[in-house]
Amino acid sequence: MSYKAKFKVWRGEGGEGKLEDFTVEVNEGEVVLDIIHRLQATQAPDLAVRWNCKAGKCGSCSMEINGKPRLGCMTRMSTFEEDETITVTPMRTFPVIKDLVTDVSFNYEKAREVPSFTPPDGVRPGEYRMQQVDVERSQEFRKCIECFMCNNVCHVIRDHEENKPSFSGPRFLMRIAELDMHPYDVADRQQSAQDEHGLGYCNITKCCTEVCPEHIKITDNALIPMKERVVDRKYDPIVWLGNKIFKRAK
Amino acid sequence: MEIERHEYDVVVIGAGGAGLRAAIEARQQGKRTAIVCKSLFGKAHTVMAEGGAAAAMGNVNPDDNWMVHFRDTMRGGKFLNNWRMAELHAKEAADRVWELEAWGALFDRTKDGKISQRNFGGHEYPRLAHVGDRTGLELIRTLQQRVVALQQEDYETHGDYEAYIKVFAECTITRLLKDGDRISGAFGYWRETGNLILFDAPAVVLATGGIGKSYVVTSNSWEYTGDGHALALLAGANLINMEFIQFHPTGMVWPPSVRGILVTESVRGDGGVLRNSEGERFMFKYIPEVFKDKYATTEEEGDRWYTDQANNRRPPELLPRDEVARAINAEVKAGRGSPQGGVYLDVSTRLPAEEIKKRLPSMHHQFKELADVDITAEPMQVGPTCHYIMGGVEVDADTGAAAVPGLFAAGEVSGGMHGSNRLGGNSLSDLLVFGRRAGAGAAEYVDRLPTRPKVVEELVAEARAEALEPLERAGENPYEVHHELQRTMNELVGIIRKAEEVSEALEVVEKLKERVRMVGAAGSRIYNPGWHLALDLRNMVLVSECVARAALLREESRGGHTRDDYPGMNPEWRRKLLVCSTSDGSSVKVEERVQPSMRDDLISLFDRDELSKYLTDEEMAEFDGIAKS
Repeated sequence: MSYKAKFKVWRGEGGEGKLEDFTVEVNEGEVVLDIIHRLQATQAPDLAVRWNCKAGKCGSCSMEINGKPRLGCMTRMSTFEEDETITVTPMRTFPVIKDLVTDVSFNYEKAREVPSFTPPDGVRPGEYRMQQVDVERSQEFRKCIECFMCNNVCHVIRDHEENKPSFSGPRFLMRIAELDMHPYDVADRQQSAQDEHGLGYCNITKCCTEVCPEHIKITDNALIPMKERVVDRKYDPIVWLGNKIFKRAK
Repeated sequence: MEIERHEYDVVVIGAGGAGLRAAIEARQQGKRTAIVCKSLFGKAHTVMAEGGAAAAMGNVNPDDNWMVHFRDTMRGGKFLNNWRMAELHAKEAADRVWELEAWGALFDRTKDGKISQRNFGGHEYPRLAHVGDRTGLELIRTLQQRVVALQQEDYETHGDYEAYIKVFAECTITRLLKDGDRISGAFGYWRETGNLILFDAPAVVLATGGIGKSYVVTSNSWEYTGDGHALALLAGANLINMEFIQFHPTGMVWPPSVRGILVTESVRGDGGVLRNSEGERFMFKYIPEVFKDKYATTEEEGDRWYTDQANNRRPPELLPRDEVARAINAEVKAGRGSPQGGVYLDVSTRLPAEEIKKRLPSMHHQFKELADVDITAEPMQVGPTCHYIMGGVEVDADTGAAAVPGLFAAGEVSGGMHGSNRLGGNSLSDLLVFGRRAGAGAAEYVDRLPTRPKVVEELVAEARAEALEPLERAGENPYEVHHELQRTMNELVGIIRKAEEVSEALEVVEKLKERVRMVGAAGSRIYNPGWHLALDLRNMVLVSECVARAALLREESRGGHTRDDYPGMNPEWRRKLLVCSTSDGSSVKVEERVQPSMRDDLISLFDRDELSKYLTDEEMAEFDGIAKS
């Protein structure tokens, strides 16, 4: 069941690099990350790639496979033709450190700018009472494994470096929505989502939802509802347009 | 090249549940705290924990309390546990879980709005706080976000997010530094740049997790190379219980590339059953004598238990993990395995498809994406996988302090809490309870220090030379040495052990030590995985030697240590701990030590009948004396 596959892997460091060709063995049931590991073990011991759990739970091995943001560990080789050349490149939105590893510190900086969970005064640990139906909305967003592929694919920053300071990206706009929908959170988050985190930049093309390996409905369930909450205070033409075009799944 | 230097009060190595909880505590006690982790912040192995955190909150069954949890934990560990740790754990787990909720965690709920709790192997009542089957992710994210919350507070007060707590991500520690007997810092390198880094700090908390990467079939990620175990040994601390390794009964067996990846015990907790190739629910044949009166003897009774726990005994699929793993191993050996060498785990005939997707979403996803198997329609194939090491750094139960002043350990890297076998769900709670205690222990130690230990420059120079060596020689490929170690441990010191095989493994390990000294790493220092592995190998080989030496000495079978040539439990061995240490940094010495007797009020929580299955006659006489008085 084993065959030789052709790979092009982006290699380089310090701002320079190029695609390198490899021919490498592939066995039944393997995923792209297995092949990268085989390259490390047999042909390129210093080939840099991030990975941890190899089961789609940690969100470390984000990369672009044939131009699409994917987790290397969840991309099965059987989804490609045997004679197809597979091109593996680092995430495009973040600066490359080396080979497939990018500097994702943008995301950690943005995370720090979102005010933390703010419970009301006087509720002590152990006293929280919430209904399952009320926690489910935020729970969906807490499935996020922080692979940062939504931020990587979002065109607001993918090709617009200049937008990075004023836009937190789908990951952290969703984090704001998660806190806003948390039954015990009392902070006012709607205006800051718009003013400080760039919610208005989002024009709901749903690219983030498409690449989410956890199948979180980022646009429909987090971003659009946040826009709607903001719109109570402010007119946003995109929401108006979005409501015309998309039917929201309840 | 210059070595980057930082000064902290407490350096926490590892950013999984235990490390983050320790760091949060140290910072809350006002200590300047560094968190050093091999991966990105938030990626630690804790995310892989699926089932939940065991805490006797009594939300689902009000009969639950810390004493029941304590008993279950001691039983699960076959009474070899450090009973003080088991006591603290059972008493404090609930507070630690509730605290997470106050930091933003969103657990699944009961109908009356409390935290829901699920059944798990070895736990008498539904006890695991959970979020579907992704509880570890919820835990790590909550702690990560708590760290960020503290950084935001510091930003408000000091204008600097990192004034009191800073994360050094993708940074690996290779040596602990000492000033005389005391810890004075830690030395390592940045993975991203290859630059060297030195922490000048009087207290170090090890929270590095386990050693699974010494085995081929494992649920553990690349980080689990026994770093903390080895760092502690090299610094002069002791490791205990290293012979006890938990092989989780249900790892994926197919496709080969995912062999070993975990299938959560919640599948069984929620009704999944194990069958062999003949369709038999074989676990009924494997209920051991000590558990005979606690488990159902018929399928009907076992099935009734899911809805009526008061009047039925639990099904044997929910025996402690060591029992289930051995049973699966035996079925496969007897030729009743599945086509790919496992057994069948079936939930598809037990629950409606929608219910499965709701309760086990990540299992559904994992099998669908990785194995093309729809678990709502067909059974999974599963088999044992190296999952967790019960052994680790010997610590003081109350403070997490190791034998070396200034060194602390918490979580999987510490030893004692789980005895010879850990119950599912007791790991996440362990991380929280003892992470907090180690953080507090370290903070208190720093407060009491009369003088701050100094970094000794000769030791820094040695550490520097050691770290750079593999880059400077054209030696053997580290990946090949690693594969040989993994094969050796898997085949010769695996789930079932024999004296000859373990001895053979020790001979191989001896040769591997030499080869590790000669491995080379091609390429630059920038994010060079070959170099990283070359350095991790020292730790894996050292720790593997501990496992093998202790496994050879312990001539009985108990929990995560099964000797084919000594199949029974021996009460004489129950009181003995095997203590590993090294004086030359390369060869491991193992000594026997007697474990102290359980405190009177704790031993009195057990029935005489049950104790008599584990204790020596002499200990039983002592117990009878306590019972009388």
